[in-house]
Amino acid sequence: MSDAPTPTQSPQRSRANGGDAPAQGAVAAKSTAAQPPNAADAEVLARAQAGDHQAFAHLYALHKRRIYSLCLRMVGNVAEAEDLTQEAFLQLHRKIATFRGDSAFSTWLHRLAINVVLMQLRKKGLSLISLDEAMEPNPEEGSSRSFGAPDLTLTGTIDRLVLERAIADLPAGYRLIFILHDVEGFEHNEIASMLDCSIGNSKSQLHKARLKLRDALRAQNRQEARP
Amino acid sequence: MNSDFSKMSCAEFQDRMAELIGSGEDLTAHPHLRDCADCRALLADLKTIAEAARQLFPSVEPPDEVWEHIESAIKRGD
Repeated sequence: MSDAPTPTQSPQRSRANGGDAPAQGAVAAKSTAAQPPNAADAEVLARAQAGDHQAFAHLYALHKRRIYSLCLRMVGNVAEAEDLTQEAFLQLHRKIATFRGDSAFSTWLHRLAINVVLMQLRKKGLSLISLDEAMEPNPEEGSSRSFGAPDLTLTGTIDRLVLERAIADLPAGYRLIFILHDVEGFEHNEIASMLDCSIGNSKSQLHKARLKLRDALRAQNRQEARP
Repeated sequence: MNSDFSKMSCAEFQDRMAELIGSGEDLTAHPHLRDCADCRALLADLKTIAEAARQLFPSVEPPDEVWEHIESAIKRGD
């Protein structure tokens, strides 16, 4: 495997949802559907499943950036994100032989990492709302709730710190779907597969997450506009 | 639900927004948005938030130590 990246190098190629490509488009139409693995990737995966350590190292090099970034975006803490990345890949090492190819490997790995992250959030008791709860429709959270006067729209730039805090304050379930879709660029069918929910549910929860962020940002704008 | 898009109320349009946004359709050409400044503003806000969030979270590499820890743990049989 002469062209294989070492675990601490980045792979040269970048595949949508399988490599390190940044998400493109979010509210607008996207075209980031998972690509089928190429023959070389499939071979590496098969070898890793058979216990080949070099092949596992190659898989780590291919996926480390996305998994680490997801962990970091979810917990907002570098040391914790490193621990979670480590745990996710150790779980991958233990479970890789059980991967049957029912979904894309990247989707399966993300699902595994998401479970690691959620377990950590539950342990810390930081999740104000569980993923399960976030998936339940809440009649009090209709979209019209966010509706407001046009003079309060978010024109121009958004304060990074305010947005960062607003995302961190989202319930974990909303934050996860927002990050997976709007930041990572996964499609709703992939998110539904990762989170064991319907595509409609994924869309609906994403919409609620965006509206919550808008509410938070507008509240900040209102506060700043006060004399 | 009003099936005539041009006669949709804001509440009806916003109720369907999640579905419409995910459909790949160019929402800016939606009949309701042509006549509704408030919903146009809402859509613009959602786009602004999504774009700002992507810039807020650049994709980053984990430090090399993470792999070293993983490899050590595998060797220990963890």
